[in-house]
Amino acid sequence: MTQDKREDYWRANLRSIAGVLTIWAAASFGAGILFADRLDALRLFGFPLGFWFATQGAMLVFVALVFVYVGWMNALDRRFGVYEE
Amino acid sequence: MGPIGWTWVLVAASFGLYAGIALYTRARSLADYYVADRAVHPVVSGMATGADWMSAASFMSMAGILAFTGRDGAAYLMGWTGGYVLLAVLLAPYLRKYGKYTVPQFVGDRYYSRSARAVATVCALVVSFTYVAAQVRGVGIVLARFLELPIGGGVALAIAIVFFYAVLGGMKGITYVQVAQYLVLIVAFLVPAVLVSQLLTGNPVPALGLGGRLTEGGAALLGVAPGRHLLDALDAIGSDLGLGRFTAGSRPRLDVLATTAALMIGTAGLPHIIIRFFTVPKIRDARASAGWALLFIAVLYTAAPAVAAFGRGLLVATVEGVPHAEAPSWFRAWERTGLVAWTDRNGDGVMQLSGDPSRNEVRVDGDVIVLAHPEMARLPAWVVGLVAAGALAAGLSTAAGLLLVIAAGFSHDLVRGVVAPRLSDRAELGWARGAAAAAALGAGYFALRPPGSVAEVVAIAFGLAASSFFPVLVLGIFWRRATREGAIAGMVAGLLVTSAYVVWFRHLHPELNGPEHWWLGISPEGIGALGTLVNAAVLTAVSLATPAPPREVQELVASLRYPREPAPARAAASSRAR
Repeated sequence: MTQDKREDYWRANLRSIAGVLTIWAAASFGAGILFADRLDALRLFGFPLGFWFATQGAMLVFVALVFVYVGWMNALDRRFGVYEE
Repeated sequence: MGPIGWTWVLVAASFGLYAGIALYTRARSLADYYVADRAVHPVVSGMATGADWMSAASFMSMAGILAFTGRDGAAYLMGWTGGYVLLAVLLAPYLRKYGKYTVPQFVGDRYYSRSARAVATVCALVVSFTYVAAQVRGVGIVLARFLELPIGGGVALAIAIVFFYAVLGGMKGITYVQVAQYLVLIVAFLVPAVLVSQLLTGNPVPALGLGGRLTEGGAALLGVAPGRHLLDALDAIGSDLGLGRFTAGSRPRLDVLATTAALMIGTAGLPHIIIRFFTVPKIRDARASAGWALLFIAVLYTAAPAVAAFGRGLLVATVEGVPHAEAPSWFRAWERTGLVAWTDRNGDGVMQLSGDPSRNEVRVDGDVIVLAHPEMARLPAWVVGLVAAGALAAGLSTAAGLLLVIAAGFSHDLVRGVVAPRLSDRAELGWARGAAAAAALGAGYFALRPPGSVAEVVAIAFGLAASSFFPVLVLGIFWRRATREGAIAGMVAGLLVTSAYVVWFRHLHPELNGPEHWWLGISPEGIGALGTLVNAAVLTAVSLATPAPPREVQELVASLRYPREPAPARAAASSRAR
């Protein structure tokens, strides 16, 4: 792998990390804490929405995020030929 | 058969299972002992990590905290799960690529310094030891209540069990025992939750039942009108008694933010969790394993708020306005342990709950809710025994993982890493087992004479893990320019800020420990977030002011970024391997 390719791989990884952490913060610090009171005005399946994010939603988002990142990185590893057989 | 009989049967059966697995999978080599020979499937590793992570605090205390604080308590739910996202994207794959045995060893190699390794070892030992004492204490409480042993006897039994399989089995034995413990603890948590959810809301899935409407039977149990949403009924009860609404938060937002962040970062900085990712065969397995661990943890954590809500409703319904002479059997049983107490302030012989401390007559320790809610809902005796077995699995699995970190920290990082580098593998294994044994005994001592409550001690461990390890590890991976001097200064500064704040408010001036005296309104639980920032800032500033790291270290850092290494950097990385 050339030096340029190496840096492309790393930059693509850094971009996906930034994306994951943005959603991570929005679901927990955003929806679960800062905007929870406002979201509580909406009700979903009997839950005030802010309360739901704080007690369940943020965690479900976390689980989905990690698996999306795993899939993302496996594809990236293959594309750049650093996938472990 | 009553609850005590069932508890003996289920606890004995589960312990027999753990002992059998431990014997079958015991460690035979140093790599077995520290990293299970790096042959653990990521799903298995995820499940073991789940059991390793979910301690007596997750099993017993978390739902209790939620029951009393409502939405504010969600800081623990989000904090203790959000850390796994940080682990998956910032730490696990890179530390697995590094490919050694311990966290302090990474710090020592990355920061080309034995002093850095020694500082990191001390941090790891302090964090793990405070944590293990809390687990042994939790296990002792369960044994004392459900097997009616004296608390000292309970603690001694807990130590004997952990000693048996952690000290002898090492990481390999622990990993497979933890898989069994995960299954026991998750079944033990979910069975009563499902039964109570069905009873109250007609929906067997606790996480959905929490948003459901009360059935006729459920409404009668809680003493409210049927057909209402469970959450609305709880909010109304809370407002009537002045306890606050269950679905609303009351703590200052900045403090909830800081506490959540500190718990997330602390989770990602705990050495006993980080080393789990050293046990999988490949770098991509380390990422996947974080995902599986989080999924297995979320199974319990999404049910916990439902258990908290059920427990809160049932507690009020079975106690409020009931004459003490007619107190329910769960109340009397827990009164004997001192974790539940009644003071008849107005002398009418009736138990009254209130948000106003001068009128409230009933004190219920948060740890009781999960253990007692099957009895509150009058579930069959075998369910009560099952919950006890689950709580023991949670405490023991975490204690074993922690003992391993202590063993590795002592033998691998202190004895072989700093004092006697020429030690043979065999002798190192001996030191590791000796250290684990000594730590188990020491933990037993502190469990019997705890310096402050268990929750306090655990909160300190999290703050220390967050403010000592996390910035040093992340910057060490992502920033080639981070230097030895920066890392040592950062760790020391982060540790000092966090521990000074905690000691000041919890030990020196407990009378000032309130929001009006806290700096920016941040509680001692949340100060780890600030300690992390201080550590990162000091590390950055000092690194820029000191000479760049040697070339081979920069090459090591670059090599961590690629799962499979193309030529030149690989040679540099493996020449550093021992």
